[in-house]
Amino acid sequence: MMKFGILVNEGPYTHQASDTAYLFAKAAIEKGHKIHRVFFYHDGVYNSSRLTEPPTDDRHIVNRWQKLGKDHHIDLVVCVAAALRRGIKDENLLEGFRISGLGQLVESGIQSDRLVVFGD
Amino acid sequence: MLHTVNKSPTERNSLESCFKYLKKGSVVLLIEDGVYGALKGCTTTKMVEQTLKSFPIYALYPDIEARGMQDRVIDGIKLVDYSGFVDLVAEHTTVQAWL
Amino acid sequence: MSEATGGIEMEENTSGKVKKFLYVNRRAPYGTIYALESLEVVLITAAFDQDVSLAFLEDGVYQVVKGQHTKGIDVKNFSPTYRALEGYDIEKLYVEKESMETRGLKESDFIVPVKVLSAQEMADLMLTQDVILSF
Repeated sequence: MMKFGILVNEGPYTHQASDTAYLFAKAAIEKGHKIHRVFFYHDGVYNSSRLTEPPTDDRHIVNRWQKLGKDHHIDLVVCVAAALRRGIKDENLLEGFRISGLGQLVESGIQSDRLVVFGD
Repeated sequence: MLHTVNKSPTERNSLESCFKYLKKGSVVLLIEDGVYGALKGCTTTKMVEQTLKSFPIYALYPDIEARGMQDRVIDGIKLVDYSGFVDLVAEHTTVQAWL
Repeated sequence: MSEATGGIEMEENTSGKVKKFLYVNRRAPYGTIYALESLEVVLITAAFDQDVSLAFLEDGVYQVVKGQHTKGIDVKNFSPTYRALEGYDIEKLYVEKESMETRGLKESDFIVPVKVLSAQEMADLMLTQDVILSF
């Protein structure tokens, strides 16, 4: 059983990074591994917006992360510096995500057995 | 080390770069648009086949299938699903993403 | 640097572990934000007393060239931050030789002292690292 840290560097829909990270996380959990933290950086912070309204016949990336986080007690962290730059704040953050510092990414690198990066 | 490549070799030089840094024990996994690097009959095929002689190369099958490239994969490239992706990460002490 | 990068948060637990973190930089500055935002992570990692190295490959070598004057594009010039890394005990900066040469650059073009490595030497360095971050 391993502890994985995940870094998501891109926002929902524009790049596949968030999708691949999610499907990887889901597969890891199914295999009995633990996800220590998913850290959202750069445009990845947009994965936490409670304002997204994608078409109903396609996956809801933001809600999907929320559900995975809730069902498996995964710490979904949005970088404060990157979030502020892009206008993601507590008032438009979806429940289940939290805004915190880059220290959380570093800590995940230290505490996890593996840190996997998904980006552009 | 596990190296992941997520961009097409005809879009970006990430695959070519990754290949420059492979050492004994390295393994490459092509994901997302990176799976276009797994295909026969392309200008990049020779480079990939050459590397395949010394290093295992994997491709994420769901990404191949999504792009309709199922019948074009270079012989010798191993196909994995997300579960296989997880196993590859677990099996190698570090993973490096070539974005 | 950004005021929002903040200090160390009390909730973090690192158990005194020291890991080797390698930051791989392959992109040029200013055209995208990756160079700047990855530098912000580098600084925080040093604040956690980790063993930090920076590798500049391909267009990443452009991040550390001298003479960046950004007033005309109205973007903050963050290249001086590379000089400030030394103050955080981050001194392991590596430039890949071919990347440098194919871009017509030499060591004296860089804003900070760097160690030039061949691709093979860089690959050997990568193998020694515990955590590799790409942006």
